[in-house]
Parts: sequence; structure tokens; C-alpha cells
Amino acid sequence: MAAITANLYAQHDRAALLESRQATREARWVKYTILGTALTFFAIFLLLPLAVVFAEALAKGWHTYLDALVEPDALSAVKLTLLAAVISVPLNLVFGVAAAWAITRFDFRGKQLLITLIDLPFSVSPVVAGLIYVLVFSSHGWIGPWLLEHDIKVIFAVPGIVLATVFVTVPFVARELIPLLQAQGREEEEAAVVLGARGWQVFWHVTLPNVRWALLYGVILSNARAMGEFGAVSVVSGHIRGETNTLPLHVEILYNEYQFAAAFAVASLLALLALVTLAVKSWIEWRAAQAHD
Amino acid sequence: MTKAPTLPRVLPGFGLSLGFTLTYLSLVVLIPLAAVFIRASSLSLAAFWDAVTAPRVLASYQLSFGMALLAAAINTVFGLLLAWSLVRYRFPGKKLVDALVDLPFALPTAVAGIALTALYAGNGWLGQYLEPLGIKVAFGPLGVLVALVFIGLPFVVRTVQPVLEDLETELEEAATSLGAHRWQTFRHVILPVLQPALMTGFALAFARAVGEYGSVIFIAGNIPMVSEITPLMIISKLEQYDYAGATAIASVMLVASFLLLLAINGLQAWQARRNGRSE
Repeated sequence: MAAITANLYAQHDRAALLESRQATREARWVKYTILGTALTFFAIFLLLPLAVVFAEALAKGWHTYLDALVEPDALSAVKLTLLAAVISVPLNLVFGVAAAWAITRFDFRGKQLLITLIDLPFSVSPVVAGLIYVLVFSSHGWIGPWLLEHDIKVIFAVPGIVLATVFVTVPFVARELIPLLQAQGREEEEAAVVLGARGWQVFWHVTLPNVRWALLYGVILSNARAMGEFGAVSVVSGHIRGETNTLPLHVEILYNEYQFAAAFAVASLLALLALVTLAVKSWIEWRAAQAHD
Repeated sequence: MTKAPTLPRVLPGFGLSLGFTLTYLSLVVLIPLAAVFIRASSLSLAAFWDAVTAPRVLASYQLSFGMALLAAAINTVFGLLLAWSLVRYRFPGKKLVDALVDLPFALPTAVAGIALTALYAGNGWLGQYLEPLGIKVAFGPLGVLVALVFIGLPFVVRTVQPVLEDLETELEEAATSLGAHRWQTFRHVILPVLQPALMTGFALAFARAVGEYGSVIFIAGNIPMVSEITPLMIISKLEQYDYAGATAIASVMLVASFLLLLAINGLQAWQARRNGRSE
């Protein structure tokens, strides 16, 4: 992906060239119809929903806005959201690196199946993702009775929220790294080994510098998903205010209580997170393109 | 897959990295997923059948799959137009548009859900003009469609865009010099090259839309038999502590996801072969 995006950025100026050539140019009215339709669609489906979040958040003024953000339930939701991200992102970072190393540096049977299995959490409905942990850990579940005996709560408690978050963010880092490492080949690392480098030295000094942008890319995408996950977390959370509420769940509760300004105020925090994520993502693509040239 | 020659392994860490990968994946993903099927298989066939074919559940399949198909189709058309504009035209704010196309990936689904509801509700920015025309979007099936279009858009744009970037312009020049009109060139030269990417984008958007929950439940209104999506049926079974029923419906959704995943893998392999041949 990173390699593709780097390529994509390097070719950005091609639009000027394509527009100037007879053979790759549409009639003026066709061009403006396509562009007009595409941008209208973009404005209605992407810009307006983003704008309405901030408009609704500030509809009752700055006071209501700030109050909604600093009330104790909102703060505890912020804390839990950060906790879930701080645990799930590094876990899946390590997993992504290990999986990409195994898949791209060695040949073994069933590799294609393994790649498909890593992608699985993306194609499973978030609700099902939550349900599977309920089936394993709830009091009716596989190890529920054992957990009950030892007084460990997973479902309707923080560990369940962390687990569900880990599940939905499993593929992000791996799927950024695998194509890149595949494209780069094994020669550099093999040369390093032949020259006497040890395993971790090869990884830190040869592999890591080559993939750092893709790694960062995967991390910010999985962070955005970890902090914003709703469906899976909603199933395992039990919606206990101040205890098992993440930010998206807090938004839902406020919204269902008709506290719209407060709901949108908290939602605007998450929208800002999304905008920062997109900005960092664009910056990484730009840096990757620079390194590419 | 071609059989790799058995060379001595130079690089270290095979056992460690593969062992860790398999253990982690089994613990976090595979064993919990297996729970669904094992739990579902403990149901009697009749009970399973009753749970997955209850009228409300059947109506939810129709809504979820129908609207997901429609949304993916809409995204294929407009996603192509957007990708085309981003690759072929210059316009002010292009970089911003390019970056914001990924908004549905980055914006939490609950936020998207309440934002779309606010937009399309009777007093919303768009709803106030649509409702007098008799078009009721929020709190009905149309709302489901709008939410699914929102979350599916980047899939099509981001699969088509790189293929358009790599498209050899020589082909178009040759077509033009042979007397083809621009539309003929598009129809017979460009579209066949884009086809695998368009189908992959369609399938990805569809797969995501079928299981989507957060952005839909706020705007859907969740009226039984009319605007309840399948994931919501799982939630409502869970809320009644009907674990067996929830598991049965979940296993139907999981099988659908697996089939879609296989189809997407096949499409991507086809796309890779196509691109390989055209270079």
C-alpha cells in the first residue's frame, strides 16, 4: 500500500499532462459534468456529515460544549478509550511485524491461507466480533464458570473492551507491511547476515529503516480504529456509565438521552481525531514519496 | 502457487515469528470465531432453522443484503467518477479532496451515524428540503442506504485510483489515432482495464456494508420488518439473553463473510494477473 501510495504521489502531476493531450482529454462539457458530479457527491456524502458534527456540537455555545467534555463520565470514557488503544495498538504492532517477517522472509505451505486469516477481522461484522467474546467469556460461555469462580470479569468489564478492540485492529499493521516487505525482497537482509549481522541487528538496522513509514501508517490507522470502534465494543461493554464506556459508547448514550449538543461535542473530539489521522496519513504519504524520488 | 526451491534458510527467526503469529492469531481470532460454530452446532436443526428464518430475521437479511448491494453499486459509479477526477483533472483543493476521501475509514462509525441522522432528519440541513418532496431518509430504509454509501465510498476510490494512475496512455492515443471517439476509447479500452478493480472495490464495499452496525443504527429507525439490519437482530437476541438465537444468526453472517472474503481474494488475484499482463 505504502509503495502504491508513494507511486501515486509521484504521479500527481500527471493530471496536468493528461489534460493537455488531445488523446487523453474529454470534451469540456464532459469534463465539467464528471468533475461537477464527483465533487457534489463528495460534498454531500463526506463534507456535510463532517461539518454537521461541529455545527451541532457548538449549537448551544462554547459553555455547553466545554461542559460536555469535562464532565466526569466523559473523562472516564476518554481514559478507557486511551487504555484500549494503548494496549491493542502495540500488541498488533508486534503481531504485524512478526507475521510480515514470517510471511515475506520464508517459504512455507499454507502461506496464502495465513494471509487470508489475518484479514478475517476486517470482513467479520463488528457485532459478531463482540459476540464471539461473549460466547467464550460470559457466564454462559466456555470459560465463564471458571472465571466466575476466580472472580474475574471479562464481559461487561474493561478486559472485554480491550479484547474486542484488539480483535478489530489485528490486520492493520500486517497488511501495510506484507506488500512492502514482499516488494523489497530478501537480498539486503541476506547480505547483512552473510556479513555477520545477528538476527535482531538485521531487523533493527536493515529491515526497520526500510519499513518505518508503512509501520507508522499501520499504527495510526489501527489507532483510529481502536479509539473509534463501536459495534464490537458495544456488545461486550454493558454500557456502565463511568466504568465501561468508551468515547463512541458515551456518544451513543448522550444521543439516546436527547442530549444532542453534548453528544456532538464528544463526537467532535472523535472527528478531530479522524482529521488528525488523515493529516498524518497524508504527511506519511508525502514523506514516502520524497524518499521514493 | 509455484513451489519454491528448497534453499538453506539464511535469515533467522522463522520459528519465532511464525510460532508467535499462529499462536496470537489462534487465541485472538480463530478460537473465539470457532466458538460461534461450535455453539451453533449444539442447537437442534429445527431450532437453528427457526432462529435464522424467523420473519423479522428474513426481513433483516433482505434489508442488509439489498441495501448493501445498492450502496456498493452507487459507490462503484460515483467512486469511479471521483477517482477519475482525482487522477485526470486539476482543480483547486484536489489534495484536500484526496485526503478526505478516507474520512469514512477514520471517522468512528457512531459519529458518522449521528451526523448523518442530524443531516437527514426532518429539521436537518438536507432533510428539511427532502421531506417536503416526500423523500423520507432518516428513520427508514433510505437512511440505511445513505449510511452504507458513506462507509463504502473509499473502498472503490482507493482500488480504482492506483489502476487509473498506472494506465498506459499509449493505448488511448492508439485508439484515438485509429479514429475512436473518446466514449468508444473509454468503453472499449479504459473500462476493460478498470473492470477487475471496479469489481474488487464493489465487493469490498459490499462486504463492509453487510456487517456495518454503528453508522446505520442511529439513522435506520430500527422499525421491525422495515428497517432492522441483521447485526441489530443479533444485538436484540443478546439483549433478551437468547444466546442460541444470536449465535445462529451470527453463523449465517459469518458464512456470508467467508464467502465474500474468498470472492474478494479471487478478484484481487485476477486483478494482479490482469495488471501483470498489461505491463
